[in-house]
Amino acid sequence: MTLRKVILFIIICLFAIGLQETVQPKEVDAFTNQVIQRGAMGDDVIELQARLQYIGYYNGKIDGVFGWGTYWALRNFQKDYGLDIDGLAGLKTRQKLVDVSKFDGKWVHTQIAQGNDFTYYGGQPLSEQTRSKKGSSGGSKSKSAAPKGTTNTNNNTGGNNAGTTNNTADTSSERKTTAVNVPQGFSQNDIDLMANAVYGEARGEPYEGQVAVAAVILNRVESPTFPNTVAGVIFEPRAFTAVADGQIWLTPNDKAREAVLDAINGWDPTGNAIYYFNPDTATSSWIWGRPQIKRIGKHIFCK
Amino acid sequence: MLRWITIVVLAVGVAGTAAWGYKEHQDKNAILIQAENTYQRAFHELTYNLDMMHDKIGTAIAMNSRERLSPQLADIWRLTSESLSNVGQLPLSLLPFNKTEEFLSDIGDFTYRTAIRDLEKDPLSDEELNTLKDLYAQAGDIKDELRQVQHTALENNLRWMDVQLALATEDEQADNTIIDGFKTVEKKIEGYAEGNVDSSISGTSSEKHKYENISGKDISEKEALVYSRDLFNVKEEKNLRITGTGDGADIPLYSVSYNDGNKNAYLDLTQKGGHPITLLVDREVKEKKISLNEGYKIAEQYIQEHDFESMELLNSSEYGNIGIYSFIYNQDGVRVFADAIEVKVALDNGDILGLTANNYFLNHHVRDIPKPKLSSEEARNYVNPNVDIQEEYLAVITNELGEEVVTYEFLGILGDDTYRIFINAMNGAEEMVEKLNGKEINYAGI
Repeated sequence: MTLRKVILFIIICLFAIGLQETVQPKEVDAFTNQVIQRGAMGDDVIELQARLQYIGYYNGKIDGVFGWGTYWALRNFQKDYGLDIDGLAGLKTRQKLVDVSKFDGKWVHTQIAQGNDFTYYGGQPLSEQTRSKKGSSGGSKSKSAAPKGTTNTNNNTGGNNAGTTNNTADTSSERKTTAVNVPQGFSQNDIDLMANAVYGEARGEPYEGQVAVAAVILNRVESPTFPNTVAGVIFEPRAFTAVADGQIWLTPNDKAREAVLDAINGWDPTGNAIYYFNPDTATSSWIWGRPQIKRIGKHIFCK
Repeated sequence: MLRWITIVVLAVGVAGTAAWGYKEHQDKNAILIQAENTYQRAFHELTYNLDMMHDKIGTAIAMNSRERLSPQLADIWRLTSESLSNVGQLPLSLLPFNKTEEFLSDIGDFTYRTAIRDLEKDPLSDEELNTLKDLYAQAGDIKDELRQVQHTALENNLRWMDVQLALATEDEQADNTIIDGFKTVEKKIEGYAEGNVDSSISGTSSEKHKYENISGKDISEKEALVYSRDLFNVKEEKNLRITGTGDGADIPLYSVSYNDGNKNAYLDLTQKGGHPITLLVDREVKEKKISLNEGYKIAEQYIQEHDFESMELLNSSEYGNIGIYSFIYNQDGVRVFADAIEVKVALDNGDILGLTANNYFLNHHVRDIPKPKLSSEEARNYVNPNVDIQEEYLAVITNELGEEVVTYEFLGILGDDTYRIFINAMNGAEEMVEKLNGKEINYAGI
């Protein structure tokens, strides 16, 4: 190896170390000062759930989404501690919670990053509360156990080791919650399927045109003359050109997905349309005879 | 020598191409047959199901005990739903066949309503029996017609693939027996639909009503533009486009759209009174800076500024860096679920990204809400005792029969799940029970 190569190598190494430092997760052991309400997601919710679980109020998964389970846990906590029972984690509630519980942010976030099944009850050793989903138990377990030992009686050694592995796990991607909000009655997969259809049918349209196509799909599900499921409507033979020519299997972008979410959440720019067509390419005389509602982008929407 | 080599190479090439082409052809045929078979199955099942349905309706009429009809009616209901699913699998969607589908769905509704009723207490009325007789005759006609089509199709080896082709090329003159047969069925049913209007068959399925809450003077396009500039938060009128709705619209609207390259916005507002029905703003939303709760305060203030009075938050959810809030109307402490508004807030700087008030303007009016006959304690007795009730409200909801009823709304826990339970405040009937989900494992996250 020539000197230049060695120097280059060292520089790259230094650079890599620097990168690691910068991508390290920000300090996570304290609530930010937002008021947390039902429907929120993120680190604050993870902390809220972990703290509520630590003192035995929350029995669900620590997944970072403030759902109904967290809501009742928080209300019961507020009730028992003489706070206003509003189901909101405001300043007072958070302070009280911090006073009476503990939270080892690093440990919890490591569990989430590694996709482990874990709980965070107080008074039990943390190492007994986690199970790796990917099978191999022993080694990964001791590594993933809390390095700091700030909470609980945790006598595991090899904490430093764990610390370094954590970093690599965390740098791979931004920290994620293990659950997401979905509209009542829909799964992410329904949303994805609809996003596929919307993208295939209307990717060149303005945003409202994409919401409109999604709304038509939903209006058809409601309508007695069409199948009663999203999949039934989308895959009805000859119903959508994008399905017929395979464009539905293009990978949709985030816009299409957002449009679908809006439509599911109640936005319907079409005014209850169940048909639409492109006037430049429509060949059927029947479709022209339907009562037209409006035109959005290239599509005419009708009853 | 060279000549021979060329000849051999070419011969091999030709043979290879032929073999490849033959294989492709075979593959294509296999797939075509596969698709054809799917269509055939749906079609033959449809005729069979309609035949069965006809028989079942006949049996129901012949049964002596009007009290024991429930299983029979439930069976008819199941058959209508299967027939509808068969129709949905046929390549008919550009062929006008909706009247038939509506007819089937009406039979389904009628039989469902009667099947779930306690027929011991409340047996079929004479009118309903007459409806059943009408349905029997009509279902008979349809059955015969479809059996006829089926017979011709079988005898002449007609293919659904040809139907699809005929429909795709939109060759009106195409002499396609199947299409003609379905058109005849559709014509017949159109005739019945008019006759059935008064009978009890067309009941609640068409519960769409007129907009209740559109008041005010007609506004001009100019006023609409001024208003939309305010909602879109833009200063100039350029880049704005306004159009009116066609005659298919439930209510005349102005649609205003805006596009300046970075931001795209869309607004529907009523021509009468200028009420906003739908607002959508599309722009890139940057990193999340404000919390869901702060977004809620912005949304609440926003709807107050736009004259939606006494609304309360029902639900809030964070999707990425966007907050979505649903509000419902509260009339003197009674929650009215039908009068709903949704607001979408960008959680980077708190801009309003959307508003939909269609349900609000469709349903909202001052209601004369009667006093509950049951006390809350009495109503609680009608709730499953295993449900741990946490919250309680008075609410007006639209029940399965499409009527507005006053209820006690209980939010409770059973096991790990949360339920919303509505108990009729007059007679204690369990009007609706709903399991509240709202979140799901992040399949993409891990």
